[in-house]
Amino acid sequence: MTSHVILRVLLKLLIPLIMLFALYVQFHGDFGPGGGFQAGVIFGAGMILYALIFGLDRAREVFPPRLLEVLVATGVLIYGGVGVAAIFFNGNFLEYSVLSHDPVHGQHLGIMLVELGVGLTVASVMTTIFFQFAGRGRTDD
Amino acid sequence: MIEWGLYNYWVVIFLMMTGLYVVISRGNLIKKIIGLNIFQVSVIMFYISMGKVKGGTAPILEEGVRVYSNPLPHVLMLTAIVVGVATSAVALALVVRIKEAYGTIEEDEIRVIEGEEEST
Amino acid sequence: MIHALWAMISDDLPALQIAMPLLAATLCIIVRRRWAAWAVAMFVAWGAVANAAVILHRVLTTGTISYAEGGWPVPWGIELRIDLLNALVLLVVTGVCAIVLLAAPRSLAAEVPEEKHYLFYTVYLLCMTGLAGMTVTGDAFNIFVFLEISSLSAYALISQGSTRRALTSAFQYLVMGTIGGTFILLGIGMLYMTTGTLNIVDLGNRLAEVGPNRTVLVALAFITVGAGIKLALFPLHIWLPNAYTYAPAVVTAFIAATATKVAYYVLVRFVYSIFRVDLAFEVHRLDAVLLPIAIAAMFAGSLVAIYQDDIKRMLAYSSVAQIGYMVLGLSLANEHGLTGGLVHVFNHALMKCGLFLVLAAVLLRTGSTRIEAFAGLGRRMPLTFAAFVVGGLSLIGVPLTVGFVSKWYLVLGALDAGLWPVALLILLSSLLAVVYVWRVVEVGYFTPPPAGAEAVTEAPFSVLLPMWLLIGGTVVFGVFTSLSVGVASAAARMLIGGAS
Repeated sequence: MTSHVILRVLLKLLIPLIMLFALYVQFHGDFGPGGGFQAGVIFGAGMILYALIFGLDRAREVFPPRLLEVLVATGVLIYGGVGVAAIFFNGNFLEYSVLSHDPVHGQHLGIMLVELGVGLTVASVMTTIFFQFAGRGRTDD
Repeated sequence: MIEWGLYNYWVVIFLMMTGLYVVISRGNLIKKIIGLNIFQVSVIMFYISMGKVKGGTAPILEEGVRVYSNPLPHVLMLTAIVVGVATSAVALALVVRIKEAYGTIEEDEIRVIEGEEEST
Repeated sequence: MIHALWAMISDDLPALQIAMPLLAATLCIIVRRRWAAWAVAMFVAWGAVANAAVILHRVLTTGTISYAEGGWPVPWGIELRIDLLNALVLLVVTGVCAIVLLAAPRSLAAEVPEEKHYLFYTVYLLCMTGLAGMTVTGDAFNIFVFLEISSLSAYALISQGSTRRALTSAFQYLVMGTIGGTFILLGIGMLYMTTGTLNIVDLGNRLAEVGPNRTVLVALAFITVGAGIKLALFPLHIWLPNAYTYAPAVVTAFIAATATKVAYYVLVRFVYSIFRVDLAFEVHRLDAVLLPIAIAAMFAGSLVAIYQDDIKRMLAYSSVAQIGYMVLGLSLANEHGLTGGLVHVFNHALMKCGLFLVLAAVLLRTGSTRIEAFAGLGRRMPLTFAAFVVGGLSLIGVPLTVGFVSKWYLVLGALDAGLWPVALLILLSSLLAVVYVWRVVEVGYFTPPPAGAEAVTEAPFSVLLPMWLLIGGTVVFGVFTSLSVGVASAAARMLIGGAS
């Protein structure tokens, strides 16, 4: 562990910045390149980087696999939930315009929620895939 | 004979044929996945280059810009990229399992092992 | 309160057809318990069947349903468009999904570890989402997206088989299927390039105005080959025998009855609604390409099936032959031929799903699907084997079964097109089916069980019920053909007329 001192110190500084950047990309998708998928991948990369340097077991304590599994489902539920909520507000499926008091705000809210769901799912899926691949042959999976 | 203005289509064809060649000719399963990825990227290139409008900038709203490239192919290809990622993920998961089950990821060796299994 | 709920959702049924299985899949991950996941899956699957039945009824009474997703007006937004063709395929897909789920818990327990069952139901529901989405959408790119969703789920489901060959079969299917899907994507891109739209109805109208164009010809070629790979059209069928043989038994029953059918629906939709009869058949002579290939498929599939010792493999090759019949119907391009192809979608789903559920029962009880395991099965598992016999008769095309109905319309279509040698070939290939069905029947009824065989009992009720629902359906719909043939012939008329 001591042989990775440089990496560990550097990453303790960098990983929070990576995650902050991921949040920036997530919400910036309305105005520039970005959005849910890209942000999710960056966030997932941050988590994977932590697992690479600090060890799989530590990473599994910080990001429990079962929680990640539930987050994957929750992201898709948010997305689908927005679509079904639009039905309950007398619109069509995924019609964001009816979600708020005027169409522009409705679109804004709808896109934000949907991208949030996508980002959540993608980050959790990327990390889950890494944990599954890296964890093979270590414990009896 | 060669239309130099259409060089983007030549690039697409080159990538597509490279990808297909790698899938067919290489026996290592990981190389096949790489070939599949190259093949998918060629189609992404096709759509994006098709969406370019002469004199247009990237399809992001900016002050003072009048001509934008067509944003629809970009949006479609975002989806296609995600599909490609998902396909690679499933393929790599299968390769990990195949390696554990057969001990090799070379297609010809796997075929020999399966052939022996069949005849016993 | 139920009335208020119904009033709210009754306009949105096409969208709910896609949304409900997707949300149910997420619930399956969250609940984690095996039986809870199965209960969620059953509830949603049967709800989807009810939804599909209501949609079919609406299309029959009020005409094509058009639904603008997201509220965006039609040629710009994604449209969910359900006409008679979609409604029939949707009913087949959701019906098979729901019926196979009845057999899933018992049959899976023998092949997949129990703690993974909830993940199985999740992926199963995702596959159902993809298939339903492909069927109801009216947007060409949306078809590609749902095609890939259903294909990826199918690769994952197939890899759950109990032997390690399931993994290599799934990998082979993945490589070939991805190439096929990417070809379809390329074709759609070329169509978008020439017309500027992705909506299916709009594409058809604008292509008619574009006129003779090499890009459109290349697009037709790519889409036909891409759909042909997904459809397992000979000679692009290499992935099918391995995938069907080594997958878990319920997965084979599910995929055999849905994945190739929906790929066939995609091909029909592209050829008849986008390219339309004039462009595809008169100008570009698609029939001259597909007709010989379909006939080759019919014979090659049946001939190879005769020599198989593993009955699952035999039925897989038989599927290749049956797909040949469906594509023959497509390539004949007249009303009777296309009716035959479309009604065979319905009929083949019934037959093959039922037969693969028979194999699921045999695998559950005897542990093997090789022909040796069938020895004396007629006496030891009478109901199961009787189902195999009836399904086999249907494959051959004996009158009073659904197989006869499809072959009847195909022969009529061949005669309408003036191709009586083709009609003769259809009858000849049915005789080949007699050979491979008789092989199994002979072993089942006339061969005594091997001396050291353990006592084998009848299949469990949860597998017998769906099996007989489907096999009984092959007889019921073979006698009372008005639903399947009525819808199929109305759909064929509409498609050939070029209207939508």
